[in-house]
Amino acid sequence: MHYKEENKPLTFQLIEVTVTGNVEISPDVYLISWKRMHDFQPGQVVKITDNPELTPRIYSICSGNKEDEIRVLFNVKQGGLLTPRLAGMIPGMKIFVSEPYGSFKDAKQPSYWIAGGTGIAPFYSMFRSGYSENKTLIHGVSYLSHFYFEDELEEAMGERYIRCCSREQSCNVFPGRITRYLEEINDLPADINYYLCGKALMVVEVRDLLISKGVPFENILAEIYF
Amino acid sequence: MKDSLFGKTLPELTALAIDNGLPKFAGKQMAEWLYQKDITSIEEMTNLSKKAREQLSSKYEFGLIQSTKVQESVDGTKKYLFPTAKGKFIETAMIPDEDRKTVCVSSQVGCKMGCLFCMTGKQGFQGQLTAGEIVNQIRNIPEWHEVTNIVYMGMGEPFDNLEEVLKSLEILTSEWGFAMSPRRITVSTIGIVPGMVTFLNQSEAHLAVSMHTPFDDERQRLMPVQVAYPLSEVIHEIKSWDFGRQRRVSFEYIVFKGLNDTPRHVRELAQILNGIKCRINLIRFHPIPGTPLEGTDENTLQKFKDQLNDKGILTTIRASRGLDIYAACGLLSTKELLG
Repeated sequence: MHYKEENKPLTFQLIEVTVTGNVEISPDVYLISWKRMHDFQPGQVVKITDNPELTPRIYSICSGNKEDEIRVLFNVKQGGLLTPRLAGMIPGMKIFVSEPYGSFKDAKQPSYWIAGGTGIAPFYSMFRSGYSENKTLIHGVSYLSHFYFEDELEEAMGERYIRCCSREQSCNVFPGRITRYLEEINDLPADINYYLCGKALMVVEVRDLLISKGVPFENILAEIYF
Repeated sequence: MKDSLFGKTLPELTALAIDNGLPKFAGKQMAEWLYQKDITSIEEMTNLSKKAREQLSSKYEFGLIQSTKVQESVDGTKKYLFPTAKGKFIETAMIPDEDRKTVCVSSQVGCKMGCLFCMTGKQGFQGQLTAGEIVNQIRNIPEWHEVTNIVYMGMGEPFDNLEEVLKSLEILTSEWGFAMSPRRITVSTIGIVPGMVTFLNQSEAHLAVSMHTPFDDERQRLMPVQVAYPLSEVIHEIKSWDFGRQRRVSFEYIVFKGLNDTPRHVRELAQILNGIKCRINLIRFHPIPGTPLEGTDENTLQKFKDQLNDKGILTTIRASRGLDIYAACGLLSTKELLG
């Protein structure tokens, strides 16, 4: 068995970049940034590691495609190989990233964006890139403090920004999970796209629910954080 | 709770022996008892001194886990249900076929990948299996001495539990373990590229890749992993390896009616697999509850196979087995989970 090194695709190649910021925006949830070196489409992902000898992890870009920096939202996984070290990064330190890639991309047509937790990242990137007109964003979290970018989204999207919180209550926030919110809607359009992003069970449950409500599976695109 | 001996590698058992004041060779003795003989307790490891056995028993358990349910199909296929921690379940299938007995093992409890056609995905991810829990699925079925082949195609994505899967392969293929040929073992992946590369470097077992369509946009709707690990990246990686002698790479392809069974798919498959010595396994789709997908009809399936073979891609249709016992992976354990 011989491994040939030539012609690795771009997504395999890692580039050294300098961290320009790393902010804890909620307990154990960080927004790390570096200078944008490539064009990308909102919804795309990058591979990140702090050591090129280790397997990089994949994260959705969480910034607009015309901004000077690329930002990535991550939560610290206790015992994780990368995120505890990433959380300790300060401006000036080096990380290694891939070029942006991936096919989780929306267009200008109306669509639903449905996110669980940090699954808001690709949709926030789309929002910051000017794609939020005609979109409905549903964000489901366990605690109110997990509504990242809430003020900005609420101001810009108004009633098209729907928050669901399963463990805490607040005004203008649906008390319960996303699936319960969707169950109560009787007129989900079947002819538009639904973009789902989050953990596996949330994505699978929402996808099944949408299909049971008459949305063709071809109109459902999912990105799962694993 | 006591630590299990079963599932430990020879180096781990040797270190454990030394830590407990036993001679170094006791590690090898334990490995032989654990993986090659029909015993179920430390007390039966009779070439260890009585004192050593008592000492080990005070800290460790043998570690086999009994199945709690067995279903047998009219075609002889058996499905075993094994309990795991926190009241979850995994499934193991034993598939007899003429002179072969193939065991299909699970590598995770549930799955994170969320494929549209998969029942296991509907459970979400419940946890990782240890190497011991993986190997237990072979060692603790009545047919374990007759097992000829092992496939990692049960619940879960093996390369999302890489460390324990590699450890289980070490136990299965080492002289001190089950001493099976790696050529009788196939590990199936959805295409987690870093795990696949490590596996190809560290194991000699065969590789199977779940493809299901050669087109990115279709695959994304069937398999969300396409966003993170596009098929093009998986194929590119596979092309950089030399397959074809003893080691095989195959592509799994569930055939859905009107979705991925057209001449357009044949042409694209021929194009993207050009240069890879491989096989395509066509699989009939057996509907799961609530699925919007349908299996293709037999005529189309046969024609699709012939067209691929005509293009020079060795293509076979996998026989459907155990249809009367919830053979589709995940059905039985989901049913059990829901009570």
